Amino acid sequence: MTSWLESTARERVAGLLDAGSFTEFVPPEARLTSPHLAQLNQPAAFDDGVAVGRGMLNDEPVLIAAQEGAFMGGAVGEVHGAKITGLLERALAERIPVLLLLESGGVRLHEANAGLIAVSEIMRAILALRGAGVPVIVLNGGRVGVFGGMGIATCLCDLLIMSEDARLGLSGPEVIETTMGVEEFDAADRALVWRVTGGKNRAIMGEAVLVADDIAAFRAAIRLDPVPLDVEAEHALLGARLDRFGGMEDALDIWADLGIENPARVPLLDTDAFHAAIRGKTA
Amino acid sequence: MKIHDLLPQLFPHGHDIAFDGEYFAGSAGDVSVIGTCDRAAIGAALSHRMAGEVLRICRDHPGRPILLLVDTLGQKMSRRDETICLNAYIAHLAKCLDHARGRGHKTIGLVYGEAVSAGFLSSSMLADACYALPEAEVKVMNLPAMSRVTKIPLERLEELSRTSAVFAPGVANYIAMGAVRGIWEGDLAACLKAALAEDPGPDTRRALGEQRGGRTLARRVSADVRGDAA
Repeated sequence: MTSWLESTARERVAGLLDAGSFTEFVPPEARLTSPHLAQLNQPAAFDDGVAVGRGMLNDEPVLIAAQEGAFMGGAVGEVHGAKITGLLERALAERIPVLLLLESGGVRLHEANAGLIAVSEIMRAILALRGAGVPVIVLNGGRVGVFGGMGIATCLCDLLIMSEDARLGLSGPEVIETTMGVEEFDAADRALVWRVTGGKNRAIMGEAVLVADDIAAFRAAIRLDPVPLDVEAEHALLGARLDRFGGMEDALDIWADLGIENPARVPLLDTDAFHAAIRGKTA
Repeated sequence: MKIHDLLPQLFPHGHDIAFDGEYFAGSAGDVSVIGTCDRAAIGAALSHRMAGEVLRICRDHPGRPILLLVDTLGQKMSRRDETICLNAYIAHLAKCLDHARGRGHKTIGLVYGEAVSAGFLSSSMLADACYALPEAEVKVMNLPAMSRVTKIPLERLEELSRTSAVFAPGVANYIAMGAVRGIWEGDLAACLKAALAEDPGPDTRRALGEQRGGRTLARRVSADVRGDAA
């Protein structure tokens, strides 16, 4: 077993793909760094925090991008974002499925405008792939989680695979606490943070497939088939979720309302026991 | 500009746009309008409502152009909204706008007030073309807050923002970077008419940003990765 959480972006790529099959586009040797960080005397990375390339998964070709959470929290700047957009556009031209190994706090503030625009270009490129029936799969198991614009982009994709350690949200808990006060969100309450943003709540909400923190488990959960997008059905589903759960105080109330037994114990369950506990009881 | 000053200028022949708090929608001639006002925070309920209107327009008025008039301080900061996955609601709005685009609806965004972060991402930035009024405010974060978070002295950020478009707030920066196609001034009804007549084609923002000198790497880097470097 190899922990996804403890691995670097490149270790995840190597562990996920068929052995030795990864070829990187614009690799670190190309020394493509962010000029905007240099201007602010910030350390740069030769890959700007994301590796993109092609490889094989069970002998099927895939395109793959992996954000490195250890570099600026995987935040999206101009170069970083353009690498992901270029990869998605290549997937459209070549009609090859895409694996997005995301770990990102969102837009990189040092180049905030460029990062925000880049995220919207990533979103447009993902939507074009959905329209063309080319699948995009997100794997989210890193320490940073996936937040901000990349959290929105994640929800545009065909499939989201998460570990329980991973988090997915829009505003980070710290940002909500700073802006709205500790009564709105106590970011120091780790159990609360995971009940809101963690992999288990996202699986119960029907947004993610939960797997153990193991690269092999992530690999086994990948399905390279496009998921047809029915916006009318999704609209009804999200409307029902909003009506039923939007006013509830805590995820525990939602889990109880769904009929999950002993909701307070859900955070303690291992992956198999969790799947057994929520079967037929997701939002 | 206030929405009640803006609408008569955009639609001098009248409109049937109805308001409900921070949300409004309706039509003016053969243009459908969806928007928010009073620096609305975009939460799950508001984005779901906007998405519903997009789908209704697709059903009831096939092919009709959609004008997005969004004034937003950004996403709603709410533990409850985050619990039910606010990002899925905003992503759903994006999918609905793309659905409309795919069915031949032209989509145009106009930033008339504020456009901040995910509020901007989930609206005008998804349109075929985004425009702004000269007094509009577009940003991720103001410079003092950015200075606190990045620990870079405010003076340095202010100095750099005079020559770089990449991080400081302002419509001019978003024009230079290609995300805002142009400014609407003077006869706003004529601006709208001209925008409706234009075919913006696919996502041209990287090329515009390069031509305008505000975003010089994005087009080239994405082309390098695509493998069609030019």
